[in-house]
Amino acid sequence: MTTPTSTAAPPIAVAMSGGVDSSTVAAMLHAEGAPIVGLTMQLWDQRRLAGAPGMAPTGKGRCCSTSDVYDARAVATQLGIAYYVVNYEDRFERDVVRNFVEQYAAGRTPIPCSLCNTAVKFDQLLVTARQIGAEQVATGHYARVGFNPASGRYELRRAVDEAKDQTFFLWGLNQEQLSRARFPLGSLTKPEVRARAAALGLATANKPDSNEICFVPGNDYGAFLEAYAAEQGAPLADTSGEVVSTDGTVLARHGGVHRFTVGQRKGLGVARGEPLYVIQLDPERRQVVVGDDTALYAHELRASRSHWISGEPPGEPVRVQARIRNRHTPAPAWAEPLPGNELRVRFDEPQRAITPGQTVVLYQEDLVLGGAWIDSRTT
Amino acid sequence: MGAVYFDNNASTPVLAEVCDAIGPALRGELGNASSIHQRGQAAKAALERARTQVADLIAADPAEIVFTSGGTESDNLAIFGAVGQAPPAHVVTTRIEHHAVLNACEELQRRGHEVTYVGVDRQGRVSVDAIAAALRPETALISVMSANNETGVEQPVADVALMARQAKVLFHVDAIQSAGKVPIDVGRIGCDLLSLSGHKFHAPAGVGALYVRRGVRLHAQIFGGRHERERRAGSENLPGIIGMGAAAALARGYDSTRVTALRDRLEAGVLSAVPDCGVVGEGAPRVGNTANIWFDGIEGEALVIALDLRGFCVSTGAACSSGVIEPSHVLLAMGYSKARARGCVRFSLGRRNTAEEVDALLAIVPELVAKQRRLAPRKIARTA
Repeated sequence: MTTPTSTAAPPIAVAMSGGVDSSTVAAMLHAEGAPIVGLTMQLWDQRRLAGAPGMAPTGKGRCCSTSDVYDARAVATQLGIAYYVVNYEDRFERDVVRNFVEQYAAGRTPIPCSLCNTAVKFDQLLVTARQIGAEQVATGHYARVGFNPASGRYELRRAVDEAKDQTFFLWGLNQEQLSRARFPLGSLTKPEVRARAAALGLATANKPDSNEICFVPGNDYGAFLEAYAAEQGAPLADTSGEVVSTDGTVLARHGGVHRFTVGQRKGLGVARGEPLYVIQLDPERRQVVVGDDTALYAHELRASRSHWISGEPPGEPVRVQARIRNRHTPAPAWAEPLPGNELRVRFDEPQRAITPGQTVVLYQEDLVLGGAWIDSRTT
Repeated sequence: MGAVYFDNNASTPVLAEVCDAIGPALRGELGNASSIHQRGQAAKAALERARTQVADLIAADPAEIVFTSGGTESDNLAIFGAVGQAPPAHVVTTRIEHHAVLNACEELQRRGHEVTYVGVDRQGRVSVDAIAAALRPETALISVMSANNETGVEQPVADVALMARQAKVLFHVDAIQSAGKVPIDVGRIGCDLLSLSGHKFHAPAGVGALYVRRGVRLHAQIFGGRHERERRAGSENLPGIIGMGAAAALARGYDSTRVTALRDRLEAGVLSAVPDCGVVGEGAPRVGNTANIWFDGIEGEALVIALDLRGFCVSTGAACSSGVIEPSHVLLAMGYSKARARGCVRFSLGRRNTAEEVDALLAIVPELVAKQRRLAPRKIARTA
C-alpha cells in the first residue's frame, strides 16, 4: 500500500467506477509514476427500491453495485494504490435523483449524467479529493481538457474517439473544475483503452460498457419513478389522460405523461397506418401529443440555466454546432445569449425531437463552448 | 515510522507471545481434541488450559466458558440460546448495542418475539430505571453492553444485573469492548451470560467465548458433535482458542493506566488546538483507550481517509459501518444531530501505542481539520 507522505507531490484522485475506463486511467497514471488515490462514489443503494412493483427483486442495477465496488477494489489492490469508497448517497439523491423524478413528472426528459458530473463528481468528489490532500480528480471520461495560454482559460474539447466522446455530459464544468480535472482517455479510442487494459492485465479489461442510467435498473425509468415516489410517501400526481393528434383528435388513453418522451414511437396504444411519434408532453392537460415524423422537426429551441465554459457569455450571437442529444451530430446553428442566463439556438436546418429537459451543448469544431437546459422548441 | 494504529476497538494486533503460543497448534503438533490418541489428548489439554485462562480473565469457572467463532456468534448464542424456541418472549436491550446484538434482536422480532430498545442519555449511558420500566412478565432476557465500541462509554451493568436478578430475568452482557481494557468479574457484575471476542484483546480474529453462568439453560444454535458440553458443536478452533487463552492471560495482568494517559493526552491536545470540537461521552465513565471526537463542519469519512494517507489508522465509528450512509446509531441515540454524528472520528488506542505517536497525530490534526473545513461546502452546518 502506497502511503503518500506530506513531502511527496499531492496525489491525483482517480474516480473509479469499477468499469474498464476508469480502471485504465488508474493504471495509466500509476504506470507514469504519479501518486494516486482511488475513490469510488457510493451514490445509490440498489436495495432501496428492490422488490417494488416493476423493480427487480434484488436490485441488480449497475450503479454502485457490490460487484462494481469489488471490481474497483480489485484493480486498486492489483495496482497497490490507496483506495476508498466514499458515500454521497444523500447528495446524489438530493441533486440528481429528485431532479430526475421532478423533471419526468413535469413532462420533461431529464439527463441525470450531466447533473451528476457537475453537482457530484466534479463538486462533492472534488471537495473530498482536496480535503484528503489531492489537488486533481482524474476520471475515465472521453474528453480532453487543456489550458490555453493565449486566453488564460481552461478549455474542454471533444475526445479523439468521436463515437465515445462524453463532452455532452461535461458542458457544465467551470474553470475551477476544469483546472482540477484530468481526462487521460481523451486522446485514445475505446479499442485502444481496452487493449491497454488487457496489456496491463486489469481484471476489468473485458467488462462490458454500461449504457443505462446507473440508478435505474434495466432502464425502466417509469417503474423507477413510481417506486421512488411511493417510497417517499408522495405518489406521483395522476397525469394519466389522452393521447391526441396534433389537431386535437383523441386517439387513445395513456397511464401518465411521465412514461413518455419526445420522439418515442412504441407503447403509444395507437394503431394507425403510418408510424406515430410523441411530439409533445402536456402535463397540465395530461395530454400526450402524437404526430408523424415531420411534426418532430423544429428550427429553434429556447433553453435556460446556460453555462459558458470560458466563464462569460459572448456579447452577441455566435456561430456554433449545437448538439441536442448525446448521439446527435452537432448541427450548424446560431446561439444567442439572452438576459437571465437564457439561450436561443436557431438551427440552419430543422432538427428532429428537440426535447425539453435535455441539454443543448454548443461546439465550435472540437471546442466545447457551453450549454443550457432545453425548455421549449419553436418552428 | 510505519502506519500508526489507532483503531484497536476494531481489531488489535496479535501479540508476539500469543503467536508463540499458537505455533505448536499450527505446526501440527496437536490433533483433534475429541480423539483418543495422545496427540488428541494434547489438544484437549491445550483446549482446557485456554478455557481456564479465559475463565480466569473474567473470574469464572472454566466449565462456564463456551468457545465460539467470535463476538458476533457469542452475542447470537446468548440471545437465541436464552430465548430459545419458547413461546413468544420479550427481550430488553438498548439502542446503542453493537449490530451483533441489534440485528439478532431484529431477527427475534421476525420470529414473533418482541423487543424493547431502551434509549440512552446525552452522555451515552442507559439508566437502570429505564430498563426496569421496560420489563414485562414475559421478559426472558436483558442484553446490555458493558462498554460501547464507538464511544467507550461504560454502562451500569452491575446495577442492571441486580435489578434483573430481583426480577428473575436472564441478563446478558456484551463485554467485547471491556475485555483487555478493564478488569471483569462476572461474579461482581452478577450477569448470567457474557460475550468476549479474542481479536479485541490481541488474540486472532475468528475466536470468541460466551460465559454461561452455571445453572443457566442455553439452547444450542449449532448442532453436530458433543463439543463444548453440547452448547456449541464443531471441532474446536484450536489455534484461535489457544491464542485467546494466551491473550487472556496477558490481559489479566494488564494495567491500562499508560494507555489511558495517552488517550487523555490525545483528547486534550485535539481540544486545545481545534475549535468547534468535543469529546463524545465526556464526563461519563469510559474505557481508557477510546477517544471519539466530534468536529463540526467536516465529514468524519474524509478525515479518516486524510489521516490514513498520512499514515494514521482511525475510524468513523464501527468498522462495519464503512461505506454506509446512515450516521452512527449510537450517536443519534445520544441525541447528536446527523451532521454532528457524521463529523465524528474514533481514535482507539492500544498497548503498543506511544506518546510519540500521539504527538505525531496532534501535529497534523489541527491543520487537516482546518483545511477540510475551509474546503467544505457551506451546507455542512457548523452547528449541532
